Amino acid sequence: MLTLYARRRLINAMGLGISAVAMLFGLFWLGWILWTLLANGLPHLTTAVFTQMTPPPNSSGGLLNAIAGSLMMTFLAALIGTPIGILAGTYLAEFGQRGWLAPTTRFINDVLLSAPSIVIGLFIYEMYVLKIGHFSGWAGALALSILVIPIVIRTTENMLRLVPNTLREAAAALGAPQWKVINLVTLRAARAGIITGVLLAVARISGETAPLLFTSLNNQFWSSDLDQPMANLPVVIFQFAMSPYEDWQSLAWAGALLITISVLTLNIMARVLFRQSSTTY
Amino acid sequence: MSTEQSVTPKLVVRDLNFYYGAERALKDINLSIPEKMVTAFIGPSGCGKSTMLRTFNRMYQLYPKQKATGEVLLDGNNILDKKQDLNTLRAKIGMVFQKPTPFPMSIYDNIAFGAKLYENLTRREMDERVEWALKKAALWTEVKDKLKQSGTGLSGGQQQRLCIARAIAVKPQILLLDEPTSALDPISTAHIEKLIDELKGEFTIIIVTHNMQQAARVSDYTAYMYLGDLIEFGDTSTVFTNPRRKETEDYITGRFG
Repeated sequence: MLTLYARRRLINAMGLGISAVAMLFGLFWLGWILWTLLANGLPHLTTAVFTQMTPPPNSSGGLLNAIAGSLMMTFLAALIGTPIGILAGTYLAEFGQRGWLAPTTRFINDVLLSAPSIVIGLFIYEMYVLKIGHFSGWAGALALSILVIPIVIRTTENMLRLVPNTLREAAAALGAPQWKVINLVTLRAARAGIITGVLLAVARISGETAPLLFTSLNNQFWSSDLDQPMANLPVVIFQFAMSPYEDWQSLAWAGALLITISVLTLNIMARVLFRQSSTTY
Repeated sequence: MSTEQSVTPKLVVRDLNFYYGAERALKDINLSIPEKMVTAFIGPSGCGKSTMLRTFNRMYQLYPKQKATGEVLLDGNNILDKKQDLNTLRAKIGMVFQKPTPFPMSIYDNIAFGAKLYENLTRREMDERVEWALKKAALWTEVKDKLKQSGTGLSGGQQQRLCIARAIAVKPQILLLDEPTSALDPISTAHIEKLIDELKGEFTIIIVTHNMQQAARVSDYTAYMYLGDLIEFGDTSTVFTNPRRKETEDYITGRFG
């Protein structure tokens, strides 16, 4: 017969043990993925990757056009998606207490948040690519921006809701109209959290392949014309990794490592930024 | 119920009722709050004293389900009237809350925030206004070298004085203080009580407090409320030493509450 205290200790140890095993299990795969990426990608991450274009089969080359294309489309997508997301999120958090519009918008946004990205690619294909008759960088950016919007809406709303009501009351008590309360006080208090959300959205889209397959497709050569098919890292990796050519496969590893590093960097930046802000607030 | 005074009333409350949805939180309140004096509202939690304060600047209108009926006359004008512009009303009636609420901006900008809303001040005038408000709030010497630093970095007591400075920088006629010291240590509390004493020559001050000694120390008039009713209102020394109502006496002597 165990004493009460000994039994509690035992149960505590068991719970802790199971949690630790689960944590190690998850971490193990993550570590393995990172290790494989580093082992296969690092040797091929040469300066050529950043200076030369994607090569034809069986010849050496780099990923410059794909990197540039990815950067351009991601940047554009964030540029389109961020203001829409912040404005909509602000509406939901600051004006969304009454009426049916806000709950409906919130529900649709949740659906959009979990919509498979290939569906969004197909949507843009149907609505834009078919209409203009060819794949293009604009279509790719548009598809990615549709992925950005729901993420930014969600984080903006959540971050604004974290701002205590007393702060809104304090600003209103000075005679500030609501738009000034929101612009000068609540959005400012939630700023770091919202920027974090945008960074995470960028991290999310920088690895998306499916929506780009139907929209920007790929381009073997340098092109900064957004009205033309545009190279990008995910699709290049997809194409090169499945090819039988060794040069292409090595480049695919290098590309995969690049994406992972940038996503990791974005995530770390987001964390650091958010932590700094939460200490002052 | 109200005592006859020779002083001019600043705020006259007539048949005021307040509802949170269907719940009636204030019941037919009638009283006159004298100008440039300190009036304290005391009473146990949930008696309606904070609700009363929030009708004076119509803060309750931020929330859809709250409403007030009756009249609150500021210099003769009913501020509960639908035509009353909320923002100009709140510029005239400042408020300081229980918890310090510095805005996420510099100390200077915190003070300038309200003053900028209704006045076009030059850079120099604004500097003077900020200094004036911070001196009034007895905070100037502590922060004069770090006006550009964030207001959220100050201590709790300093933050609360910053909020008072921010409220008076708008030059309101009335200052509403909603338990302004309940989150503060005794030294900061003493600072703020001294401040209230100094400010009352210029502003009409209405303070809600849980602390009866505080009400006795800082106020000229005291109102005792219980469950939405105004039980007694009169000058502070009478209410505390010779209350007319048994309920007031029980509360003040600690037999209840």
